[in-house]
Amino acid sequence: MDILNLIFTDYTIRTVALGAAVIGMVSGVLSAYAVLRKQSLMGDVMSHAALPGVVIAFILIGVKAPLPLMLGAAIAGWLGTLLMMTITSQTRIKEDSAMGIVLAVFFGLGVALLSWVQRQGNANQSGLDKFIFGRAAALVEGEVVLMSLMGLVVLLLVLLFWKEFKLLTFDREYAAAIGFNTRTLDVLLTTLIVVAVVIGLETVGVVLMSAMIVAPGVAARQWTDRLGRMVALSGLFGMLAGVAGALISSLERGLPTGPVIVLAASVITLLSLLFAPQRGIVWAWARARANRRHLRAASVLESLYHMALHHGDPLHPHPLRSLEAALPGRDVAHALRQLSAEGLVREALPGAWALTPAGVANIQGLLHDMRMGTPPADVVQAAL
Amino acid sequence: MAEHKNTHLLPITVEDLTVAYRETPVLWDVDLEVPPATLMAIVGPNGAGKSTLIKTVIGLIEPSAGRVLVYGKTYHEQRHLVAYVPQRGSVDWDFPTNALDVVMMGRYGALGWVRRPGRAEREKAYNALKTVGMEHFADRQISQLSGGQQQRVFLARALAQEAQIYLMDEPFQGVDATTERAIVQVLQALRQEGKTVLVVHHDLETVPQYFDHVLLLNVRAVASGPVAQTFTPANLRRTYGSKAEMFFK
Repeated sequence: MDILNLIFTDYTIRTVALGAAVIGMVSGVLSAYAVLRKQSLMGDVMSHAALPGVVIAFILIGVKAPLPLMLGAAIAGWLGTLLMMTITSQTRIKEDSAMGIVLAVFFGLGVALLSWVQRQGNANQSGLDKFIFGRAAALVEGEVVLMSLMGLVVLLLVLLFWKEFKLLTFDREYAAAIGFNTRTLDVLLTTLIVVAVVIGLETVGVVLMSAMIVAPGVAARQWTDRLGRMVALSGLFGMLAGVAGALISSLERGLPTGPVIVLAASVITLLSLLFAPQRGIVWAWARARANRRHLRAASVLESLYHMALHHGDPLHPHPLRSLEAALPGRDVAHALRQLSAEGLVREALPGAWALTPAGVANIQGLLHDMRMGTPPADVVQAAL
Repeated sequence: MAEHKNTHLLPITVEDLTVAYRETPVLWDVDLEVPPATLMAIVGPNGAGKSTLIKTVIGLIEPSAGRVLVYGKTYHEQRHLVAYVPQRGSVDWDFPTNALDVVMMGRYGALGWVRRPGRAEREKAYNALKTVGMEHFADRQISQLSGGQQQRVFLARALAQEAQIYLMDEPFQGVDATTERAIVQVLQALRQEGKTVLVVHHDLETVPQYFDHVLLLNVRAVASGPVAQTFTPANLRRTYGSKAEMFFK
């Protein structure tokens, strides 16, 4: 309740929350595309490469005005990305190496320039180093308005080129074949990602802004199989992470904003990876477990059936021990109790088990399915 | 290539085409004329340049020399007449969309920039799905389709383009018998309608059964023409070398 109160009453916190919401939403929307294009790491290059742009812009104008700094960041981030793409297409250097090279060179240059500026004694430079790990508390209303406007343009362009970006992301060659200029589209989408990164640079920091271009998209993919919903959800997740992270860090003195926002995004992603229906790891694990149990029960039914057939009577009972001998190493007793609960077997005599008529029908159906191409008995055995 | 040829009557004319990746030629001085209303197989060993030829025709690959004409003009001018079916493995089928939406992409070229698909596009896409027997899978997430069904979705997307020429890269690669039959039926129906179909094909045994024309390719165009005259043991030997013997045993 206190936090909610603060959002509505405290000017700084309200500004910070709004700014972080914009950052999270814009980077979240673009992260859906970055993830689907398998270019998640590109955000890393962009944000690190933006640092020298920020410092150079400051050196040129001598004050920390948001627009020039963002412009510097965008130009440098964009150049870094372009350089990386050129290295990949014009040389035999692979994409991962090209990313590593560009990231290291640009970031190194940025850090070197930053320490040089700090030694120059210009009092205006204080706070410039916050670009590395981010600081939400520095946000002022003017910046949030600027970020919102830039974000709005980005989102409108995503909507305008919705069909083109979808086609480009799914099937680039086909897009080219049916007449879309894929190079132009690539540059446009890349530029939008750069802008999304730049918007959040001061708040989240160059080191961790890239996480905002990965985590929301990965999380959103878990919940839906439609692009529209994925993009919307990705924006929502980004927004949640941004607001949560910015608020937590601004309430506690000395907590850098970037890491807290990224931690919030990571929690959302982790929960999505674990618990999303269909794709969640927990459900996949539960399905595999149920499957194993099912197969184990089937093998007990099958043994019981074949042993009984030797006596010419499918309902003929057999002692638990002979079943255990036929299925060494399995917990036969446990499987029998389960099958008995389902009414497929019964303890006909103390310690001796027999199929029920329902059990006979069940195993005959299973054996029939197996002959039709479902897993044969040895596969069933191997799975136990 | 003789200049007096009426290339504007030919769906595809390839003249002295050479394509090279770095220094290695992938296609060398290829000439080809594809007559209208034909169903042509492009066959040849691995690395013969079959996919490269198709991709060069549709402008995805820039030739080192020579040119390709579509009804006498460049592909760029005639793009609306050509539909393309890429290899199934060329995309990530885990993309978040359904079958109908993929088929609708076949209309994007006609729609042009920025304009959104509407009811007319949905209908055309649905009909194309019907043609390949996949209308019941319209809402299905594409990763939940079998390989053969995915291939049919790709074919439907090309059909939705409503083109005159269809270029297909290995449509029978790893598909089930039902899909193979369905695809062959669609291709033969297209030829009946006077459309021209070029198919990169792997299975030599089915060439005479499915196709009426064939191009035997191994970097150079070894031979092309009607199957009866072209698909001969001598030509196959020239295309495949000693490996061709296996086929005749």
